Amino acid sequence: MNRFAEIVRRDIRLALRQGSDSIMVVTFFVLTVVLFPFGIGPEANILERVAPGVLLVTALLASMLSLDRLFQADYEDGSLELLVLTPTPLEVVVAAKVTAHWLTTGLPLLAAAPVLAVLLNLNSDGFSTLMLTMLIGTPVLSLIGAIGAALVLGARRGGVLLSLLILPLYVPVLIFSVGAIDAAIQGLPTKAYLLILGGMLVATLPLAPWAASAALRQALE
Amino acid sequence: MSDLGVPPPPDFSGSKLVCVRGGRVVFAALEFGVSAGEALVLLGPNGSGKSSLLRVLAGLLKPYSGTLAWQGQPVAENPEGHAHRTHYVGHHDAIKPVLSVAENVRFWARLHEPEAVTAGQRVDAALERFGLAHLAAIPGKMLSAGQKRRTNLARLLAAPSPLWLLDEPTTALDRKSIKVLEAVMAEHRAAGGIVVLSTHADIDLPGARELHLDGFAPSPELAEMFL
Repeated sequence: MNRFAEIVRRDIRLALRQGSDSIMVVTFFVLTVVLFPFGIGPEANILERVAPGVLLVTALLASMLSLDRLFQADYEDGSLELLVLTPTPLEVVVAAKVTAHWLTTGLPLLAAAPVLAVLLNLNSDGFSTLMLTMLIGTPVLSLIGAIGAALVLGARRGGVLLSLLILPLYVPVLIFSVGAIDAAIQGLPTKAYLLILGGMLVATLPLAPWAASAALRQALE
Repeated sequence: MSDLGVPPPPDFSGSKLVCVRGGRVVFAALEFGVSAGEALVLLGPNGSGKSSLLRVLAGLLKPYSGTLAWQGQPVAENPEGHAHRTHYVGHHDAIKPVLSVAENVRFWARLHEPEAVTAGQRVDAALERFGLAHLAAIPGKMLSAGQKRRTNLARLLAAPSPLWLLDEPTTALDRKSIKVLEAVMAEHRAAGGIVVLSTHADIDLPGARELHLDGFAPSPELAEMFL
């Protein structure tokens, strides 16, 4: 557990010192969402209708942007070899790196979401559900993304390959998140959607570090 | 010692090790054994499998067949225990450009030995030993290749482990730093540690055993079996 905290602390420190990754992710999120009113016109009712989808698709793309840095930098400078040789299961190391990734990208996205929701005129009934789905959904994005990031290590043009691998796996998160927000806006119960999202989190929490560890071992062979 | 009868079995040994990389047999039927206080120098031309053997010994690479044993116990049964008693220094120095020298070493030391209360003092002593004390607060990106290598080597002293696996540790080091490394390895062995290293440079390791990897090159028939 100490080692887990040590890796999380180190990765957050690296992210804060380098700075660019978290800021880039949030800036991408904000700029892309701002583009939509320009693209589809400023009619409030149209924006209101597309707001949940736009917010979640953009958040999902933004979170994907930073994934290729998750293991790549450690792979290039040899840190990954030493992390694999840490006297603790590799799954714990991966889980720690994913946690740090979520804290430095998922959490800033979560913080920016309500402001952008106002911009898109999201119905006020949907706000709390939006935050809740993003709170459950963004860790799932980081977890699934870790598998892809580990698989493309050492590949040329890894970033493009990564999006091809990961985007199809993000679809269920998107469907149930948007479903929950739409249900909340129409005054319908959202419990079923949130439970399914929670189920995804519970399933990926052990499975994704396990799969990513296997991919990392393969990459270092 | 030999007139006392059978010598004790070596602490760290490998038997019938075969390593296959990219469909090619690198070495086959490799046997070795080192005991506490001993050093093993891997010799052989480029591509003879020195780095591959060190990666196998560290647990980064699975041998195609054969077993590694530590004090009679197969290493594969307890990979975490093996990681805990091993320090591996590879070709890369694993220095983060935005962390200071002390932060870099401290991270790896804490990761290796999270319970150690004396970790801070050990890191300072390790930096002092490798002549890095005045650079402790300098970020990794400012370091020269030799300073990076010394920072990486400081890990060896910052968190103690009995087995050191060093892949060409003298790369980029100046004469003075090589002398320091020689002294550090001598102390480690005097305290019962084991050093396995590969090198092309002259390095003074009194009484070290030598392992010539070209002696374990596969026979042509065996090499073809995997093609």
